[in-house]
Amino acid sequence: MSTNKPAFMQWLDQRLPVTNAYEKHMSKYYAPVNLNFWYVFGLLATLVFANQILTGIWLTMSFVPSADEAFLSVEYIMRDVEMGWLIRYMHSTGASFFFIVVYLHMFRGIMYGSYKKPRELIWVFGMFIYLVLMAEGFMGYVLPWGQMSYWGAQVIISLFGAIPVIGDGLTEWIRGDFLISGITLNRFFALHVIALPLVLALLVVLHILALHEVGSNNPDGIDIKKHKDEQGKPLDGIPFHPYYTLGKLPMIIVFLFVFCGVIFFFPEGGGYFLEHANFEPANPLKTPEHIAPTWYYGAFYSILRAVPDKLMGVIAMGAAIAILFILPWLDKSPVLSWRYKGWMSKTAIVVFALAFIMLSYLGGQPVTDLNTWLARIGSVIYFGFFLLMPIYTRMESTKPVPERVPAK
Amino acid sequence: MKKLFLSLILSMSPLVALAAGAAVELDHIETDITDKASLQRGVQTYMNYCMACHSLEYARYNRVAADLDIPEEIFAENLIFTDAAIGSLMQNSMSYDDGAAWFGAAPPDLTLVARVRGEDWLYTYLRGFYQDDSRPLGVNNSVFANVGMPHVLMELQGLCAEAPHAVSDRRFDPLTGNLITDGGCENYAVEGSQTKAEYDETIYDLVNFLDYMGEPYAKDRERIGWMVFAFLAVFLVIGQLLYRELWKDIH
Repeated sequence: MSTNKPAFMQWLDQRLPVTNAYEKHMSKYYAPVNLNFWYVFGLLATLVFANQILTGIWLTMSFVPSADEAFLSVEYIMRDVEMGWLIRYMHSTGASFFFIVVYLHMFRGIMYGSYKKPRELIWVFGMFIYLVLMAEGFMGYVLPWGQMSYWGAQVIISLFGAIPVIGDGLTEWIRGDFLISGITLNRFFALHVIALPLVLALLVVLHILALHEVGSNNPDGIDIKKHKDEQGKPLDGIPFHPYYTLGKLPMIIVFLFVFCGVIFFFPEGGGYFLEHANFEPANPLKTPEHIAPTWYYGAFYSILRAVPDKLMGVIAMGAAIAILFILPWLDKSPVLSWRYKGWMSKTAIVVFALAFIMLSYLGGQPVTDLNTWLARIGSVIYFGFFLLMPIYTRMESTKPVPERVPAK
Repeated sequence: MKKLFLSLILSMSPLVALAAGAAVELDHIETDITDKASLQRGVQTYMNYCMACHSLEYARYNRVAADLDIPEEIFAENLIFTDAAIGSLMQNSMSYDDGAAWFGAAPPDLTLVARVRGEDWLYTYLRGFYQDDSRPLGVNNSVFANVGMPHVLMELQGLCAEAPHAVSDRRFDPLTGNLITDGGCENYAVEGSQTKAEYDETIYDLVNFLDYMGEPYAKDRERIGWMVFAFLAVFLVIGQLLYRELWKDIH
């Protein structure tokens, strides 16, 4: 530690580990030198999370969580609050972008085997983040109290009714009423603005603490801690700050270009980010022609609809999410990154990604014979990717992983 | 109560996609909410023909006056038909229950209708009324079948004798090459005060106004968007220089 620290920092460090924490997590946290494009999405997820918290606070100042006034207060924010439309669009666009960056972040983990030993817990915490994020997104979508808020909630909550014996009681308990009502809206507001964000923040801390304990993976899946210099600094590592913070500035700005492009020029995202039917106030007497969940639940909704039986469909949907949690124990490959895995793993990852995109798209489409069959094929691929993984990762031959990060 | 019951039953079966309303070919228009003259004609039509049944209750009179360059006194004198103050929300005096009793379904608020239905739908719908004696009000609509709304603009358009077809449905005589139909209404059961072209203009202005109404800040949004882009472009150069300065020691 430097001796010429300002007196105030010395005073502070004796009482609170400020410098210590800064060095451990920023300036002396060594990240692999070969992190590529795909490693920006964790940082971007943090950025979007901050955006959601800040814009959310300002929205809360004018939003009225009651069945009579919720829709009105959203339009009040859009029209009468100074720059209210900007705050609202930042929040609604942020919700979709949160899922976009989280999906890319997860895909990165799958490509480079970032979930494998010793990073299983990081993956599991990440999956809990994803789960809470889905609940957070769902409840947030109910708050504007438009037609799709209402009927989307009706459909999603009715899914719990498929559970035998306790189903009906459970849906009533979730709604707090015999049907979706202002009571449901109020409790979702409480959960959306306080409970879930708190859980989310805690999980993010755990996710990062676990990451910084074992260190970041990299596109080659090489353990950089094996080769250190005399001071114990990894030879293939560079300090996280400033190289992967300020150094990521160009990529963050490119992201902001896309993000702001949507906010300012396509805030409805073609009806995917803000659905057209949601500009009509909730009306319990009028069912919309076509009820579709928001795009980020599309894949799971497709899996649900692919199964002819409602209970089995709900089980399949639950299993599709649950199976992600055990991914670290399904991959039996001796190597981490797909760069050194065999052709079977590479094909499986690409086909899985395409199937996931197709399922997400189909989730927003009306049911036709063709769509149902496509959803079934997609669902089989989805589960096949995970369930067959112990077999194909063991069968295939892998390439040798270099000891050090290869020079470019 | 029966409706509530029915909607509950429907909602319990998410696996059954509800058949989307029969797709009707829509006439396409490009709205332009910077065309103040068009918006002014639109608000005039709206206040005179629509406002009595359809409120614009998320918007305020003075905001519309300011955005459309109409002086507040002139707006209040000519376009506000209630005793509402210029700063109040644009409500009307028809209650929900009365509307439901008179028309079968209460006339909806139209502040956001352009964002729900889209401009093309509105443009085609408002030109799609035709005579149908089987309906309680004697009119039906080619876009919204069995709609409860009367043809309020009949004194302008007249009443079409049969369902009008889309403009894209333009047909030519195969021998002479002459235009047989140019879309829209062919025969009128009742004559209106406007020609077909004039009526199309009236509806264009009205839909343009409703488009503005759905997102009155749309032009602000785009203007600020370009400024944000300009800022980001400069920021990107700085970010890139910083990146090069940082990473030159590494490679």
